[in-house]
Amino acid sequence: MNLSLLAILPLVTAIMIILLKGTKSVRIISLISSTLQLLLAFALLYFYWNERAMGDSAPMLFEDNYTWYAPLHINYHVGVDGISIAMILLTAFVVLAGVLVSWNIGQLNKEFFFLLLLLSVGAYGFFISIDLFTLFFFLEIAVIPKFLLIGIWGSGKKEYSAMKLALMLMAGSALVFVGLIGLYLNTNAGNGQHTFDILQIAQMNIPLPAQKLFFPFAFVGFGIFGALFPFHTWVPDGHSSAPTAASMFLAGISMKLGGYGCLRVATYLMPDAAHQYSWIIIVLASIAILYGAFATMMQTDLKYINAYSSVSHCGFVLLGIGMLTKTAITGAVMQMVSHGLMTALFFAGIGMIYDRTHTRQLSQLGGLLKIMPFISTVFVIAGLCSLGLPGFSGFVAEVTVFMGGWSRADNFYRIATIIACASIVVTAVYILRAVGKAIMGPLASNDYSLLTDAKWNEKWAAALLVIGIVAIGIAPFWLNDLVTPATETIINKISAIIK
Amino acid sequence: MLNDFLYLMNAELLVTIIIFILLFLKLSNEEWKNEGLLNFINFLLFINLAAGFFYIPKGVLFGDMFYTSELITFEKNLLNLGTLIISLQSYDWLKNHKHVPEFYMLLLSTLLGMFFMISSNNLLMFYLGLELSTIPLAALSNFDLDRRRSSEAAFKMIMSSAFSSGLLLFGISMLYGTTGTLNYIGLKTHLTGNPLQVFSFILLLAGFAFKISAVPFHLWTADVYEGSPVAVTSYLSVISKGAILFVMVSVFYNVFTPLAERWYNMIFLISVATMIIGNLFALRQQNMKRFLAFSSIAQIGFILVGFSSQSVEGSSSVIFFILIYIFSNLGAFGVISLVSAITGKEDMNDYKGFYKTNKVLSWVFAISLFSLAGIPPMAGFFGKFFLLFAGAGKGNYSLIVIAALNMVVSLYYYLKVIKFMFMDANEHPIEKIKTHWQPKIAMGICVGGILITGIASGAYNYIHSLLK
Repeated sequence: MNLSLLAILPLVTAIMIILLKGTKSVRIISLISSTLQLLLAFALLYFYWNERAMGDSAPMLFEDNYTWYAPLHINYHVGVDGISIAMILLTAFVVLAGVLVSWNIGQLNKEFFFLLLLLSVGAYGFFISIDLFTLFFFLEIAVIPKFLLIGIWGSGKKEYSAMKLALMLMAGSALVFVGLIGLYLNTNAGNGQHTFDILQIAQMNIPLPAQKLFFPFAFVGFGIFGALFPFHTWVPDGHSSAPTAASMFLAGISMKLGGYGCLRVATYLMPDAAHQYSWIIIVLASIAILYGAFATMMQTDLKYINAYSSVSHCGFVLLGIGMLTKTAITGAVMQMVSHGLMTALFFAGIGMIYDRTHTRQLSQLGGLLKIMPFISTVFVIAGLCSLGLPGFSGFVAEVTVFMGGWSRADNFYRIATIIACASIVVTAVYILRAVGKAIMGPLASNDYSLLTDAKWNEKWAAALLVIGIVAIGIAPFWLNDLVTPATETIINKISAIIK
Repeated sequence: MLNDFLYLMNAELLVTIIIFILLFLKLSNEEWKNEGLLNFINFLLFINLAAGFFYIPKGVLFGDMFYTSELITFEKNLLNLGTLIISLQSYDWLKNHKHVPEFYMLLLSTLLGMFFMISSNNLLMFYLGLELSTIPLAALSNFDLDRRRSSEAAFKMIMSSAFSSGLLLFGISMLYGTTGTLNYIGLKTHLTGNPLQVFSFILLLAGFAFKISAVPFHLWTADVYEGSPVAVTSYLSVISKGAILFVMVSVFYNVFTPLAERWYNMIFLISVATMIIGNLFALRQQNMKRFLAFSSIAQIGFILVGFSSQSVEGSSSVIFFILIYIFSNLGAFGVISLVSAITGKEDMNDYKGFYKTNKVLSWVFAISLFSLAGIPPMAGFFGKFFLLFAGAGKGNYSLIVIAALNMVVSLYYYLKVIKFMFMDANEHPIEKIKTHWQPKIAMGICVGGILITGIASGAYNYIHSLLK
C-alpha cells in the first residue's frame, strides 16, 4: 500500500477547495475526502494485519524511500509500525468528526476547510515519516494553520492565544531542530557519512555525551507540543480560544504529535539518555498530572476545564514514556489514542452546547439534559471516559500505564505511579461537578427551553468518536496487539541498557 | 580574441546593449508613452534573462582580471531574474513617472556593475564593479523626485557607501602592500596571516559588512529603505545584497583560506549580533519598508550562519538561500509596492482588514512572509534549514541554538503582519486594488518559486554540483 496517499489525499482536496466555488461544494468535498481518509486508514490497518499474519516481522512496513536532497543525505522515507497506525486511525477519526462538526461554519468556510485539511496533511505526514527531516517538515506544516484557525475563527482573546500557541510551538520545533541536527551530526553511516534515517540511526549507538546533550532538546521540544510541564501554558489558552473543530484537532491530534515525537525520536534514538533522564521526565509528568487536575477544579469555563484536564491526561502519556517499560509505553500509546478520541468528543460536545446557549460558563448552564438529550449524553460519555470509567478507553489506557509503572521495582517509580493514580480522584471531582452542574438540575434560564438538540452532522460526529472510545474500552486487545510489537522494538533497545 | 570577448562577456554585453537602446530612445525626439515603453523594456529584460540560459561561457579575459564559469553565469541569471521581477512589479509606480528610461539606465548600470563584481578575479576589478553598482543606486534612491525623504535617503546612501568604499580601498591597498599582488590566486599564495594582513582583512570585511548591512554597520539601512521608492528598496535589499554575498562566497572561500580560522570567529560574532539586533529592532517597526529593512538585516544574520561553515554545504546553502530570498522578499515587496503606488499607504496599521478587500494579495503577502519566517512547505523553510544545518557542520552548536531561537523571535513579527491582515477589523481598509497583468506575473513567479524551489530539490542539487 502506498502510504504517501494518506498525505496526498488531503493535500489534493485542499487544493481542490481553493478552486471550488460555493459553500456547499466545499464542505461536501471535505466530507468525501475525510471519509476516504478514514477508509484508507482502515485499509491500512487491514493490510498491516495481513502482512504481519504472513510473518513479515520488519520493524516498518510499506516503506517508500526516495532521495530528496542527495548531497545532504535527506530522503523522503515513509513507513509504518503499529504505533503509527494507531495514530493514523486516531487522526482519521478526528478529522472526519471535525469536518462534520464544522459543517455550518459560515464565515470564510473555504479557508476554514482548506486549513483544516492542511493540518491533517501535516499530521498524517508526521506519523508516516521515518526520516528525521521529513518528520520535522511535516511537524512544522502543522503549526501555522492552527495559528490562522484560532486567530480568525476563534473566540475570546483569540489573537493573544493564537500568537502564544504559534510562538510556543515554534520554540518547541526550534529545540527539536537543534536536537535533530545534533543527532544527525553524531551518526555514522560509514565513511564519515551521516544520516537522517530513523531505522538506520536506531541500529547505531550514538555516543553517550551526544545523547546527553541532545536528548533534552528533542524531548523538551516535542514535549512542548505534548504539554510537558512547565511548557504547557499554551494549552489552556489555545484550546479555549479555538473554534470547535480546531480545539478537537489541537487536543486530539496536535498534542499527540508531541507524545509520538518524544517516543519515536527522543526515546527510541537516544535510549541511554532516556534512561538517565527518565527520573526528570517522571517528576515533570507527575507534576503535570497533579497540577493539571487541581487547576481544572478551579475552572468555571467548560473549555478551560477540558483544556486543563488535557494537561493532566497528557501527563500520563509522558509518564508512560518515562517509565521505560513495555507495558507503560504501550499504555502511553493507548492513552494518546484514547485521550485523542475522548477529548475530541468532549470539545465537540462543548462546541454544540456553546453554539446553542452562547455561553460556556458553568454558572450559566444547567438542566440541559431535559432539552438536548443527545448532546447531554455525549457530554456525559466524554466525562465518564475522562474520569476513567471501565468500559471506556480512558480506563484501559490509564490502567496499562499504572501497571507498567508499578512493574518497575523501585520506590521512586512506585511513588510516582501512586501519585498519578491519586489524581483520578480529583478528575472524578471536576468531571462530576461539571456534568452535574451543566446537565442535571433545573434549567438555568427559560430562554434555553427553545433550544434544539443535535443535528445530523453533529450526531454523526459524536457517534463516530463514541464508537472509537467504546471499541477500545470493551475490546482493548486489538489496540494492544497492534501497538505491542512496535513498543517491543523500542523497549528492546532500552532494556539492554537498564540491565 | 574578439570571439572570446563576445562569448565570455555575453551577459555584460547584453545589458550594455539594452542601456544603449534606452539611451537612443531618450535622445530621439519622439515622445514615448510610458505604457508602451515599459512593455518594451520588460520584454528586453525578459530576453536578457532568457539569453543567460542558452550559452554558458567559461574562461578568463584581460589578463586574469575577469573570469566566468557555470556558477558565475548562474549567479548572473539569478540577478537578472530578480531585476525582471522588480521591473514588472514597479509597473504601476513607473507608469506615471516622468523619467522611465533614466530609471532603467541607472538600474541596469548597477546590474552591470554587479556582473563585473561577480566576475572579478582581481581586487581592483572588484572595486571597479562595486563602485559602478553603488553610485547609480544612490541616484535611484532619489527617484521619488518630489519627496524630501527620498533625497535624504540618497544622501545617506552615498555618504555611507563612500565611507565603506574608503574602508575597502584602505584594506585593499594594505593587502597589496603586504602581498604585492591583487590577483585572487596570487593573494592566496602570499597570504601568511601576519598582523598587518589580518588588519587589512578586517577593513575589507567591514566594507563587505557595510554593503550587506550586517551589524554593527547596519545603521544606514532603515533610513535609506524607508526613503527610497519601493522598487529601489527591494532592489537594494535583494539584488545588491545578493551580489555582494556571491562575491563574499567566492572571495572568502577561495582567497582568504589561509585566514580561515580568524574569519570564522569574526563572522560568528557578526552573525549573532546581526540576528539579534535585526530581530529586536524589527519587532517594533510600524512602517512596512522599515519593517522589511530590519527583517532583512536579521536574514543576513541567518545567511552568515551558513556562510560561517566554510564547507561546500555552506556556500551552496548561501547561494540557494539567495535564490529563495529573491522570491520571498520580492513577493513581499511586490505587494507593498502595489499598495504604495496605488494608495500611497505604507504604514503597518493600514494593512488591518486587508484580507477583506484583497484576498489574493493577502495570500501572496502571507506566503512570502511565511517563507521569510521559514515555515514549510515554503522554500524559506528549506533555505533556513540548510543554512543552519551547514552552520552546525563545524560542531559549534551554540550558534545553531541562538539562530533557532532567533527564528522564533522573527516569527513573532511576521505573524503580527499576518494578524493585521487576516484577523483585525478596520473601518477603512485599503480598497480593492486593480492592477496590470505585469505585476501579477511578477507575483506569480514569486509564489511559484516559493512553493516549488524547496519541495523540488533540483535547484539545490544543481548549485551543490556547481560548487563541488
